[in-house]
Amino acid sequence: MAASVSALSPGDDQRFGLSRHVVLPGPLRLDGGGLLSPVEIGYETYGTLNADGSNAILICHALTGDQHVASRHPRTGKPGWWTRLVGEGRPIDPARHFIIASNVIGSCMGSSGPATIDPSTGEPWGMRFPVITIRDMVRAQAMLLDHLGVGQLKAVVGGSMGGMQAVSWAATFPERVRACVMVASTARHSAQNIAFHEVGRQAIMADPKWRGGAYYESNDPPAAGLAVARMAAHITYLSEAGLTEKFGRRLQARPDRPDGAKSFGFDADFQVESYLRHQGLAFVDRFDANSYLYITRALDYFDLAEEHGGLLANAFRGTKTRFCIVSFDTDWLYPTAESRSVVQALNAAGAAASFVELSSPYGHDAFLLEAPEMNRVIDGFLRAES
Amino acid sequence: MLRPDLAIIAAHVARGARVLDIGCGDGQLMAALRDGAGVDARGLEIDPTNVASAVARGLAVVQGDADVDLAGYPDKGFDYAILSQTLQTARAPDQVLDHLLRIGQRAFVSFPNFAHWRVRLSLLWGGRMPVTKLLPEQWYDTPNIHHVTIDDFRAFVRQRRITVEGSWFLSRGRPTSAAAANFRAEHAVFLLRR
Repeated sequence: MAASVSALSPGDDQRFGLSRHVVLPGPLRLDGGGLLSPVEIGYETYGTLNADGSNAILICHALTGDQHVASRHPRTGKPGWWTRLVGEGRPIDPARHFIIASNVIGSCMGSSGPATIDPSTGEPWGMRFPVITIRDMVRAQAMLLDHLGVGQLKAVVGGSMGGMQAVSWAATFPERVRACVMVASTARHSAQNIAFHEVGRQAIMADPKWRGGAYYESNDPPAAGLAVARMAAHITYLSEAGLTEKFGRRLQARPDRPDGAKSFGFDADFQVESYLRHQGLAFVDRFDANSYLYITRALDYFDLAEEHGGLLANAFRGTKTRFCIVSFDTDWLYPTAESRSVVQALNAAGAAASFVELSSPYGHDAFLLEAPEMNRVIDGFLRAES
Repeated sequence: MLRPDLAIIAAHVARGARVLDIGCGDGQLMAALRDGAGVDARGLEIDPTNVASAVARGLAVVQGDADVDLAGYPDKGFDYAILSQTLQTARAPDQVLDHLLRIGQRAFVSFPNFAHWRVRLSLLWGGRMPVTKLLPEQWYDTPNIHHVTIDDFRAFVRQRRITVEGSWFLSRGRPTSAAAANFRAEHAVFLLRR
């Protein structure tokens, strides 16, 4: 482990701050049997590690998220993806906490993935990049913490795929995690979850521009396929009630018809079609199609019970980590029942667990939106540490 | 200030004990036990707003239903299982009590006494279902679906061979004798062991 860095402010040390990138020698032993070396990680830190190193909080991102949890995204220019929870005066606050957010391996925002260079060939990995798991992502984050000199985390916090990483952290490195916050997530991918992802992957791979994943040199990625993948997935992040409220059956405005008209063709007549097409197109500007394949695969492989002899409670046996689980009533991607089964396993293992199902009209995306009750719960949970 | 029945429970839980509070509300008793007696308290509560308040107080509370979610708790995982003012709302109170005595080495149970004289009077003279300070709901919106009296409960534990280690009876928040409790007490608290 690296020497203690506790007294340093972010400015003194190149390891800390926004838009950091590190190449760690590795090797990282992967669940699939291979070794990854070197291990590149794009990350950011906010705030300062205190003298006894007790205020570090790791934020884990979702499928298409990144390390820019509370800073402007370099490609889209949009504010950080979880500024409602992370930031000044928020439950996770750089004034009090040392916050770490890293891009998962397999992704495309600076961490090792199919678009990064394979040192043995000097070319992008493409589909030769090893298939990774959620636990591999977590182990890479542990290597980053070693590099940063963070021994134990006050908390690991994540929503959706970030929540899977959070529980995987608690199960894989129990002694390094004092508290775990899992929001709108699950301990395993269901058949329906896998089915939706397979639609997305097939859309990408059916795009002739995908070319077996070797599209980097031509700089002509399978944008159409990736956009369709995003459109299909985006529906699963919303609720039917939310879609109805936002769009209903309303038609797109046209220059000659401000309240819209059917084209009797296949333009985006309905507002919901236009919205989804926009979501798809905006996505391809910031995300790599191969990364989408790899990360959805990691999600589909995720089954925390399977990693522990088929019994989820075994993942938490003897743990001293405190858990806080939050679900949303309209989330049909990772419904409350999934959270409840994690809670039951925690109870069976005698772990300190809190769980609440919150009400929101917004479906799975609720965790990223204004959710005062979620903030109140997480704030109280994080402050409770003795 | 703790509710009188909760104060009795709080006064009799051993320091540093492990406690499961079933129907813990916003965690008032749990917080008192944690702060006053170093108790490792866990809670189960059905109402999400209450759960959010309890978790925001730093308590380990799980949203769930006593009728459904107690089955997942391991045997004798706690020194005490507490069921305050919840027994009469359970769909299957006998099964909830079985779980209580399985999960806890001991169990505290508190409930409103439906044989209190004011309740009897209301029914006898008014011919109406009682609406009192302690039972403020109308017949159609009361959560109390299994009305129980102190004598009913005494017979129940005797029949089930459950040991009563202690019992307390309250009238207007003050202790009242065990002898006339079924008539005079508004509230009862029992400490049970199997």
